[in-house]
Amino acid sequence: MSDATQTSGAPAAQPKASLLVADPRTRKRNAAEARFRAYGLAAIIASLLALVVLLFTIFSGGLGAFRQTYLTIPVTLDAALLDKSGNRDPEEIKKVLTLTYGKILDQSLQAAIEQNGIVIEGLTAKDVSNLISKEASARFRSHVLADPELIGQTIEEPVLVNGRVDGFYKGRVTMESAARDGNTSPAQLQLAEAFREKGMLATKWNWSFLTNPDASDQRPEAAGVGVAILGSLYMMLVVLFLAVPIGTAAAIYLEEFAPKNRLTDIIEVNISNLAAVPSIVFGILGLAAFINFAHLPQSAPIVGGLVLVLMTLPRIIIPARAALKSVPPSIRDAALGVGASRMQSVFHHVLPLATPGILTGVILGLAQALGETAPLLLIGMVAFVKNFPAAPPEGLFDPASALPVQVYNWTQRADPAFMERASGAIIVLLVFLLVMNLFAIFLRRKFERRW
Amino acid sequence: MPVSWTLLIVLAMAVAGFFIGRTRVLAAAGGDSRRLHSRSSYYGWNVALFTAVPALFLTAIWLFAIPDASRVLVAVVSLVLAAAGLAWSLARTSPEFRARIAVEGFVRGFLILCSSIAILTTAGIVFSMLFETGQFFRQYPWQDFFFGTTWSPRFGGGSRLGMVPLLWGTLYISLIALAVSIPIGLFAAIYMSEYATPRMRSIAKPLIEVLAGIPTIVYGLFALTIVGPMLRDYFAQPLGLGSSGSSVMTAGLVMGIMLIPFVSSLSDDIINAVPQSLRDGALAIGSTKSETVRKVVLPAALPGIVGAILLAASRAIGETMIVVLGAGAAASMSLNPFEAMTTITVKIVSQLTGDTDFAAPETLVAFALGLTLFVITLGLNIFALYIVRKYREQYE
Repeated sequence: MSDATQTSGAPAAQPKASLLVADPRTRKRNAAEARFRAYGLAAIIASLLALVVLLFTIFSGGLGAFRQTYLTIPVTLDAALLDKSGNRDPEEIKKVLTLTYGKILDQSLQAAIEQNGIVIEGLTAKDVSNLISKEASARFRSHVLADPELIGQTIEEPVLVNGRVDGFYKGRVTMESAARDGNTSPAQLQLAEAFREKGMLATKWNWSFLTNPDASDQRPEAAGVGVAILGSLYMMLVVLFLAVPIGTAAAIYLEEFAPKNRLTDIIEVNISNLAAVPSIVFGILGLAAFINFAHLPQSAPIVGGLVLVLMTLPRIIIPARAALKSVPPSIRDAALGVGASRMQSVFHHVLPLATPGILTGVILGLAQALGETAPLLLIGMVAFVKNFPAAPPEGLFDPASALPVQVYNWTQRADPAFMERASGAIIVLLVFLLVMNLFAIFLRRKFERRW
Repeated sequence: MPVSWTLLIVLAMAVAGFFIGRTRVLAAAGGDSRRLHSRSSYYGWNVALFTAVPALFLTAIWLFAIPDASRVLVAVVSLVLAAAGLAWSLARTSPEFRARIAVEGFVRGFLILCSSIAILTTAGIVFSMLFETGQFFRQYPWQDFFFGTTWSPRFGGGSRLGMVPLLWGTLYISLIALAVSIPIGLFAAIYMSEYATPRMRSIAKPLIEVLAGIPTIVYGLFALTIVGPMLRDYFAQPLGLGSSGSSVMTAGLVMGIMLIPFVSSLSDDIINAVPQSLRDGALAIGSTKSETVRKVVLPAALPGIVGAILLAASRAIGETMIVVLGAGAAASMSLNPFEAMTTITVKIVSQLTGDTDFAAPETLVAFALGLTLFVITLGLNIFALYIVRKYREQYE
């Protein structure tokens, strides 16, 4: 103590330091402490805020994709146009082109306007026929083909409305922006408003977003994620059937059997490095190995699945090894003690006990694979795919899309309505991821054992 | 057709072999399974494996190596092989035969095969890229690729494929991303491990980790639709720095958000691994908590934190979707963070999607870029591991 008073010299100026009053230096240190703490809190708040803003913008932008505006008009299915022979033969009816159905819809729309006495200044014929989507006639046709008995009757047909008019009811399009837009006009929106007042036009829940395939540039209102969901599902099946057994087997070998030698070391370093290789590099590998060398088809879920298998393997092996390691040696010793071989002790006792841990890793690995985009771009999954792939196993070789790639695809299109679709597809993706993660948490909580 | 039929016949032979083998050995032992070396099903498995595995293995290798080999020849050879395996293994089946050891040999082989797939993948990555990169450098001088400062690919000849602007964009964006994520992630980790109550920790930590589970395409869309236009309208245009929604700043900021959980959870583990006795010692001589953290805990955790930062950097460099959607496609080398720039990954995507001609240098350059990317990230990862191992303080 005496040394300190001699060297600092400060106590001379402050003969009596009170315990109750903090000296300036203490105050400074306490202030620094408070600041440091505030920085930490601010960092946490900032990251949580980022999460909230991110999710909020995606959800507020994407929920619109799950609602769609339909116009319900009475349509007379003229048998003279749709079924000339009059015998309701489905093969005969199929010969009538979509164009004819489009004309019927146009006429019915015109008739509906006249019947309801809607008069709008400056309404052109183009405005009227563009009120309904270009996809509407094709849907109308498949509706009739599914039920030929409708021909000759007058039915109330819900008709898909143009994306701009749909956007008007979702707040994306206003009267002012419509005036500057070549694809719509204020008069067209007024027409839609008039129909809405009559109760014929309504924005409804849109299941077809989940079941429809992608649609072309001009028809955002008809685009859906059906093919993408199926493609993603197929790829997940490939990953499940290949990556899980291979990954588990590799983990078992490395954890339970591998001798401590050079080769094992190389394998281990390799696996940890592969886990950190950028995903796009796996895409290059897939392109070079599976498409250019093995000549597998482009855009096929099998190729995407194989690339994702290679990517997911290290992410399955690492947690699987941890799960195997957490099984105490006493289990192995007991099995060996009653005469089991090493293989039997592992497969009969250690592996079942490690299964919940392995499964957790598998699900998280799958979840990561599901959201992966970049490698799939390189193997041609960005292509426009309108046809559903067939059932597996043949369907694995048909062209398909994938959810994250579909999102990317839609962001590259000009019509702003596709942005809403992209956000909607992300919501679907996030819901899948949420379910998978919750299942992983459930598994961990329910089956995790502390030894 | 013959291939799938061969497959089915071989599998049927294997199944039959299983039952024949099991019945035979039990009959040979007079129905008394105690006289067998192994349990009876091992004899069945032994026969089944010897029947199916060599035949299927041969078929697979043959068809992979020579895709247009005569299907009939393949089918005949593999059926003969299966029959030979069946006959041989049945002949070996007797109560003294150590069937369990034979079967376990097969299983062991399978396990080793599975673990070597990791090596095969790495080899595949390296060789596929080396091969195509070699093709590229035969058509385009390597000096111009590594040191060229112009990137203007033109299909039809006369392309200039200098990597420097791409590398600059990649590093610039990564730098901004790290400048965002390191302070936030590190402070979040410190607060979480040193100050937060267990209750807050149990809520905030998983929530931050949600950020890590969100696919990068989501961040990309966020950059494209929200962050980009906002930065343009409130910063770039009022300051007269540019009028582009996609910019280095957009991609960097969003990538920074993506990396926060990466930095924070790694640093959190490392900070928690610093022994409590060090903290207690510092607190006992009168340091405040923040002084303890800054003067004792952080220096002790430094190698691990540096390792975590290097890993984050390698992630930032290899990240694709955020930059594809947020950074733009124009290769430029400027210091203005509100200007659109491009990165190695963006150019790999743009050169390899759409109609590609695998003889043109404009396509092959993507493989050279990929190899460069692979080498950079691999180097960073190895360096990170090296630092962590070399400078790790050994307590206890």
